[in-house]
Amino acid sequence: MLAYTLRRLLAIVPTLLVVIGVVYLLLFSAPGGPFDGEKAVSAAVLANLQAKYRLDLPVWQQYLNYLGNLLHGDLGASFRYADWSVNDLVADALPVSLTIGGTAIALSLILGVILGSLAALRQNSWIDVSVMLLGNLGSVFPSFVIGPVLVLIFSLWLRWLPSGGWNDFELRFMLLPIALLTFINVATIGRVMRGSLVEVLHSNFIRTARAKGLSLRLIVLRHALKPALLPVVSVVGPLTISSITAALVTETVFSLPGIGRLVVNGAANRDYTLILGLVVLITLVVVSLNLIVDLLYAVLDPRIRY
Amino acid sequence: MATRPTQPLSTGPSAPRSPWRDARERFARNRAATVSALLLILITLVCIVGPWLLPHAFDSTDWNSMALAPGLANSHWWGTDESGRDLLVRCLMGGRISLMVGILATLSSVALGTVWGATAGFLGGFADQWMMRVVDVLYAVPYLLIAILLVTVLGRDFYLVVLAITAFSWMDMARLVRGQALSLKRMDYVEAARAIGVSQARIIATHIVPNLLGLVVIYTTVTVPAVILTESVLSFLGLGIQEPMTSWGVLIQEGAQTMEVAPWLLLFPAAMLSTTLYCFNFLGDGLRDALDPKDR
Repeated sequence: MLAYTLRRLLAIVPTLLVVIGVVYLLLFSAPGGPFDGEKAVSAAVLANLQAKYRLDLPVWQQYLNYLGNLLHGDLGASFRYADWSVNDLVADALPVSLTIGGTAIALSLILGVILGSLAALRQNSWIDVSVMLLGNLGSVFPSFVIGPVLVLIFSLWLRWLPSGGWNDFELRFMLLPIALLTFINVATIGRVMRGSLVEVLHSNFIRTARAKGLSLRLIVLRHALKPALLPVVSVVGPLTISSITAALVTETVFSLPGIGRLVVNGAANRDYTLILGLVVLITLVVVSLNLIVDLLYAVLDPRIRY
Repeated sequence: MATRPTQPLSTGPSAPRSPWRDARERFARNRAATVSALLLILITLVCIVGPWLLPHAFDSTDWNSMALAPGLANSHWWGTDESGRDLLVRCLMGGRISLMVGILATLSSVALGTVWGATAGFLGGFADQWMMRVVDVLYAVPYLLIAILLVTVLGRDFYLVVLAITAFSWMDMARLVRGQALSLKRMDYVEAARAIGVSQARIIATHIVPNLLGLVVIYTTVTVPAVILTESVLSFLGLGIQEPMTSWGVLIQEGAQTMEVAPWLLLFPAAMLSTTLYCFNFLGDGLRDALDPKDR
């Protein structure tokens, strides 16, 4: 287990190096790239960039410099904002995205597991049908359609909630985005949970427990739930990745000052260093998340040995 | 799928039933899938032909009717947007672009994924390891981020959007095809064919390609809606297709901004996009049931 963990941790390094290297080359050598001289970059920004990246050096040395800074946790200077480093921008945006994304993922896990279990225990009941329907709806009506519709209903017609914006973690502004992200994810988890619980309930040890005369409640809670949760753990990784993607849309729809909007604005403004920093950051998060999920899987399932 | 009887692709009239004929009959029995297929053909045809037949151009302004509500009373059946442009024509033009991006990016990513996966699977060993490592690395970055990155670097031209979407949507295909190629390579009937002296080219033509083809067809129908959705997200974020050209994503984004006064501007393009996605989902399910007998 320890050896496996170390091996996986070591494998992260080349992955990151390749991703950063390719992205770096793409951004800094592309035609119409940041240093082709035609873009009007203000003198202050240029001075920042000069100090940070030593543009007079060859590209590979610049790349090594960037990596060196990265090791110290320094994502570099923004290309568009003279007074802001990428670190500052990320530090401001990250709590917003983490709060909303984290709450939504936690909520959808809880709701998804409950709904999925109920659907599995009462197959073909109305709750089962509605969980499946929810999944269908989610796959057909994308988040950028549901989002505006939510705004239309809850803020324009009913006038219960603000249509967007942010006011220092005030709950009113967070409800709709959290609801949207939860809605997107809950069906996935519900479906996985339903499938795996149905499968577990058909296995031999459950039949034994039934034969022993245990009540259904005890069987589900003590014997079936834990093995049935395993597949759910394995979708948390992909789910988080899709939530990062969804954050781009939700933060645009509800104009939240989070990481997703930073990505969109960075791309729209062609803020190369910002985009590079965000790609590095998000890749790091995703890679470590996958590792954690794999390890957690081994901890939960004694049959898996690395 | 690997256990399917291995008839050559085109058998004569006297030959036993081909697996393709079985598949066609299974597909025809699936009501939802056939209706979806017909509906998709209809949507495609209307999107292609419609803009030529309708009296309005997609980018011309009707100064007398700005933000006109839909109705049959005048020639703007689906109403107009805030600049007085006919919504029906814009939806159809947007459909042309969205479908075209969907088909072009899917074809190129399926081609790339199939060649990549098949090469890795058949070569095996060192080449396989490195080729799949590339796939793993690409998997580690959220796909939309790669697309946004490429669009940032390359620009927001139609073909560049297609390229950006292709760049991240071929990995699933590569993995599937590689797995299939690996298992096919070791199948007894392939071994047997090799043992009795069938040439490599003929083995590939009669055993490998037909077995991979089902997978490719199924996966293609699954990829098209995913790609259309990605294009729409990019356009919705303002990073995809640019004005005055339009796509369903652009229209939905415009509609979302004006939905308080003109909800139809959001409703119609969203309905067209959702219907198309829904049909592709049903079509994919139907094709999977028809082409993958193991999975019924």
